[in-house]
Amino acid sequence: MSDRIHTLKVLDMVPHETATIKNRFYELRLEPPGWSNWSPGQFAMLRPAAWGGEQTWSKPISICSVNDKGLVFFFQVSGHGTRRLAQVRPGDDMIVVGPLGSKFAVYPDRPTLMLAGGMGLAPFVGYSEAHPNPGNLKLLFGHRLPLECYLYPACACKLGERTCRHENMNDEESFMAVLEENIAALAPVNGLALACGPGHFLRKVQEFSLKHGVDAQVSLESRMACGIGACLGCVVKPLLDEATGKNRSSKPQPKSMHQDMPAPVCACGPVFWVDSFKF
Amino acid sequence: MDDNKMQMTIPLKSGDLVLKNPVLTASGTFGYGVEFSRYGDLTGLGGIVTKGLSLKPMKGNPQPRIVETAAGMLNAIGLQNWGVEGFLENYLPKLPLEQLPVIVNIYAHSPEDFSSLAARLSNVPGIAALEVNISCPNVACGGLLFGQDPKMAFEVTRAVKQASGNLPVMVKLSPNVTSITEIALACEEGGADMLSCINTLTGMAVDLKGRRPALANVVGGLSGPAIKPVALRCVWQVANAVKIPVIGIGGVYCADDILEFLLVGAYAVQVGTANFHRPNKAFELPAELEARMKKLKIENLQSFRGTLQIPDIKSWDEM
Repeated sequence: MSDRIHTLKVLDMVPHETATIKNRFYELRLEPPGWSNWSPGQFAMLRPAAWGGEQTWSKPISICSVNDKGLVFFFQVSGHGTRRLAQVRPGDDMIVVGPLGSKFAVYPDRPTLMLAGGMGLAPFVGYSEAHPNPGNLKLLFGHRLPLECYLYPACACKLGERTCRHENMNDEESFMAVLEENIAALAPVNGLALACGPGHFLRKVQEFSLKHGVDAQVSLESRMACGIGACLGCVVKPLLDEATGKNRSSKPQPKSMHQDMPAPVCACGPVFWVDSFKF
Repeated sequence: MDDNKMQMTIPLKSGDLVLKNPVLTASGTFGYGVEFSRYGDLTGLGGIVTKGLSLKPMKGNPQPRIVETAAGMLNAIGLQNWGVEGFLENYLPKLPLEQLPVIVNIYAHSPEDFSSLAARLSNVPGIAALEVNISCPNVACGGLLFGQDPKMAFEVTRAVKQASGNLPVMVKLSPNVTSITEIALACEEGGADMLSCINTLTGMAVDLKGRRPALANVVGGLSGPAIKPVALRCVWQVANAVKIPVIGIGGVYCADDILEFLLVGAYAVQVGTANFHRPNKAFELPAELEARMKKLKIENLQSFRGTLQIPDIKSWDEM
């Protein structure tokens, strides 16, 4: 058996809901995987052992946190697969392939702004738990639904945080202004921005970070079949420098990001430096 | 159980191809093989078929390239690959060639390019056979697919065969035809040593809310357990029509699926979309097959192959 494939018992499946929003957001806790090599930003492919050939793909889910109490994921029901995933119960077996992919950078001495959009809060729970200098962390959380739907309390403790709920287009505009203001404020202090959330949110993070010269990483979401860089279903376009033929980003990159070929998000990402790829 | 009971000997003009078991992996679902080496022992497989290679690197289609469907998936990757030289330099040397039959899948847009690819690979040590993807457009014939026209299927098979020296040539048939046996016979006449079938079925999915196709390429290839009945029918028809060996592909997920393909005449199977269920899936199948043979009292696969019995009842009145 590979060191990356585990069959773990489900400990809990806790719905996060309000009186009117039900059956959409779930916190899944599995027994501890005994990983020594996990880093925040990575993901795992989840597949209940009871699933047969009728469900084709395992589900790629961002790892929320790992500790001696368990391996925690947070997911939203967004289709047939996640609807079925939400039906697992304590005691069921879950096949976990992971940890997979790249991780968020950790610079203990640099002010670090975590930018989370909705479900994008998940990896920052583990990031803030593992960070050696949490005093340097700040969270900006944009969300459409009430805070009770998310894992907000698990992430917000001890952090300088700000939440922005946007329920309509006007809220969205004002949130984007707050987003730019917060990213711009990192430039004079050599800060770092990390983001996870929906595509349009990440595009804005990329735009504002490049505009203000701020180091930033985003975690991309993509449809994945294999999760290990073989099927090439989830790919991103590397940004290459015409003169050198190498990736434009000065940050360390996987080999595939230096080549003029689509690079798999699962194997080269999901976390990318914003100056290394094109949306 | 005696290891030889799982062994399949595929009779070829150039000499037998011996597989330790009938579990191969399908092109496009198993990368170049090395991506999966962390998840199991490659040498435990009957063999692998690499991702399709073109003469030059290809970037493939825009995103989205894949969509999940009921008991399957659609893909329109567009044959992204590093090209034949990239494969020979960076991937082939990493494979355990002495213990693992490696079949190289090739793809081109003209018989000439197919011929060049075959010639380049013909003298490379360690390659067990070529698999020719004829589900691709012939640019000289207005984009008509090689695999949908018997004359073009014959031509491309002959071109590859003439350029490949002693390397066995397997042609991968498309199910998107009126008569798959007509194409199979054309490939046999063109000199094919083996046939594999089926490639994916052309399909489509839409995003209802966005009123868009689910794939950037609009249409894609359907694979997975959903297509197994079509694949079984094709393998059965082709195996009964030609004299050369046939390899089954299409929705293989468990040991029973393998036995079903062998029963209708296949010498081996290729496991494709099941590799996306979890990356160790194919590695588990030989042991699962062995256990299933014991349960079903199948003594060896070679003699089990092609033993489908069709009741001799021709009409309702004979019942």
